Amino acid sequence: MVNLNHGAAIVGIHEHQTRYAPDKSELQIQGESVIKALEDAGLSKNDVEGLFTASSTIRNSGLNLADYLDMYPKYVDNTTVGGGSFEFHLSHALTAIAAGRIKCAVITYSSLAKSGGISVGTGGVARFGHPRLDPSPDSFEEIYGLTTVGLYAMIARRHMELFGTTSEQLAEVAVAMRRHAGLNPEAQFRDPITVSDVVNSRVISDPLHLPDCCVITDGGGAVVIASPELAKDCKQTPVWILGVGEALAHQGAGKRDLMYIAAKQSHGPAFEMAGVKHSDIDMAMVYDSFTITVIETLEDLGFCEKGEGGQFVSNGRIQLGGELPLNTDGGGLSSNHPGMRGIFLLLEATRQLRHEFEGTERQVPNCNIALCHGTGGALGSRHSGGTVILGRN
Amino acid sequence: MPEWNKPLPTIAGETKVFWDGCKKGELIIQKCDSCNDYQFYPRGICSNCWTTDIKWVHSTGRGKVWTYTITYQNRTPGFAEDVPYVLALVELDEGVKMFTNIIECDPKEVKIGMDVEVTFVKANNFITIPYFKPVS
Repeated sequence: MVNLNHGAAIVGIHEHQTRYAPDKSELQIQGESVIKALEDAGLSKNDVEGLFTASSTIRNSGLNLADYLDMYPKYVDNTTVGGGSFEFHLSHALTAIAAGRIKCAVITYSSLAKSGGISVGTGGVARFGHPRLDPSPDSFEEIYGLTTVGLYAMIARRHMELFGTTSEQLAEVAVAMRRHAGLNPEAQFRDPITVSDVVNSRVISDPLHLPDCCVITDGGGAVVIASPELAKDCKQTPVWILGVGEALAHQGAGKRDLMYIAAKQSHGPAFEMAGVKHSDIDMAMVYDSFTITVIETLEDLGFCEKGEGGQFVSNGRIQLGGELPLNTDGGGLSSNHPGMRGIFLLLEATRQLRHEFEGTERQVPNCNIALCHGTGGALGSRHSGGTVILGRN
Repeated sequence: MPEWNKPLPTIAGETKVFWDGCKKGELIIQKCDSCNDYQFYPRGICSNCWTTDIKWVHSTGRGKVWTYTITYQNRTPGFAEDVPYVLALVELDEGVKMFTNIIECDPKEVKIGMDVEVTFVKANNFITIPYFKPVS
């Protein structure tokens, strides 16, 4: 295989500040984000040859976005595998650039999940407007009242049964994310919480309490990726793509043990391509749809043994100042989660690798290598996992 | 019979035998004649060996709760008024897991590993849905 390590770099980013934007359209948020991200890179509309986007609400998302921004990309990818789609996009953009098909790509996303009143986690099938169920798999699942929260809660329940994981350990993840959100002026929820606050709050789907679940916001962002040659001319210090890995996980016709998630398959290729070890990772952005998602992902990425995730996240290890600072923007649990969140993992990892917060508590000291892992879909039924390793050098 | 206000399954050619079985109070699943693998949900193709040598076999209708959650919030009509209810994955004796609800018991009595058996509820004249309940 062609060595893709350093085959492309993130040269521009923009995170839309909004958490609630009833006066905007989704395409407008994407447009504003793309323009700002290109400005950040020092590039312009005419430089963009590849367009990458995913949406659960915009019909023909890539086509409509190109129309809205009057663009004529020669490489288009609308891979939609849930919230982690954007780690897949980055992987595909890297491949397209390394193959010489394009020199510059933009990944963008937006959603009005909050102002649209979409019950992402507890809407059940009603969130899709109560349609005719597909013969499979929906007709064998949605008839039983699945919710997104429920599908993660089932994995949390079994994790507790097999490994003795506790509600308090799940809560440690929510507490860490809230502490980080306190350092992010744009985060949705910033007031500190305690483990006791979490375990004494309302249960949404047993054993997950309300603060074990991500917030629902509006929002969006964009990432500009460039070839090594083009990256040299950009305004910002390039953040290099060192390694990528993609995987899907599902019920396996009823026979797979879904206590092992897609991260188990995707991280090996990413680490191998990057040529780094777990101990080289200075900070990680791990998709935190729910607290259990972080615990399972850390285990299956190989940061700890299976079943030890609950202990791993305790005692401040995943907080700033700890051994593996995680989701330093406050994550989906406290900063933002507009329907899908994968793009924000890339944005915060890039800010950390650029040392954008130097001199403040939010900066991970000497941050040289960051790992992002996006999870999309649901751990209990079927999901995607995309691992991305980024480096400053 | 009160009107069924939960989502109903859509029946396709490849799943009709399953739903016909439910109407007769039988849990019928698929086993491949080529590779001997069971599979669930039913398909027109063996998902393991990709042949179409599938036969329909009667499940024992018994299994164990693989995992579950007590759902306290769901906005879908039919379920919104049903909370709290138990959403579960049951592993059948044949080794395949299926989504279901555990009914006819207090949600708080459900445990992982609990022995359960199939029970059927008629939704309307065309559709009957399989659920599971604790083995009596």
